[in-house]
Amino acid sequence: MQSIPIEHGLILAGILFALGLVGVLTRRNIVFVLMSLEVMLNASGLAFVVASARWGHADGQVMFLMILTLAAAEVAVGLGLIIQMYRKFKTVDIDVLSEMKG
Amino acid sequence: MMFLFYIAATVAVVSTVGVIVQSNIVHALIYLILSLLAVAVVFFSLGAPFVAVLEAIVYAGAIMVLFLFVIMMLNMGQHTTDQEKAWMAAKDWALPAGLAAILLVQLLYVLREVQVDIVPNEVGVLEVSALLFGPYVLAVELASILLLAGLVSAYHLAKK
Repeated sequence: MQSIPIEHGLILAGILFALGLVGVLTRRNIVFVLMSLEVMLNASGLAFVVASARWGHADGQVMFLMILTLAAAEVAVGLGLIIQMYRKFKTVDIDVLSEMKG
Repeated sequence: MMFLFYIAATVAVVSTVGVIVQSNIVHALIYLILSLLAVAVVFFSLGAPFVAVLEAIVYAGAIMVLFLFVIMMLNMGQHTTDQEKAWMAAKDWALPAGLAAILLVQLLYVLREVQVDIVPNEVGVLEVSALLFGPYVLAVELASILLLAGLVSAYHLAKK
């Protein structure tokens, strides 16, 4: 079987993470922000799986399962918060949530 | 396997760019599903078939359907697409995107010195589950408590 250089896997994880970061920083729709957070979590899980493939161990895959659980719980709570926000403010613009501005 | 890795990686990057530049939210969601499926193919090519299957079922299946339901409840039509286009002015996203690009370049600079090859050996369900219910059994219990907390709080938050 041919080999894949480990840096290419890590570079892919880095690119996906940076793209997710751009999404979190630039979008104003909170649903897009949550989707970009998913991309970032997925990229960090990819880095774990790449490292576990390098050593031939399963530990990285176990960590990916933990990240998967975290992502599922985070999305459930985040989407519940989005629904509440839409009921209160009738919008999904995160700039509306400025009540804590000093 | 090398082939599979590079093609899937290209698809993943292109479709993730699609997620962050789309103004129609359902199109962005479909790009995100495509990106997650491409990452699942990357996992498969790295010799992690169990994680690849879970990525397709849990991420691209369950979590994305949750997103779709919420988008249906939020009732977003043509006016939100136009609003998104108005919000995506170049002066707003140019600076954050540039700063994130600088971070990415630094990351690539650090990775430049890593020179190790992966020979993908399949690490299948047996190894993962033996580890999961052996040394990591406490983490599995904690994950179940986390999911229960997520369930209770999502029910409480989404209630009228």
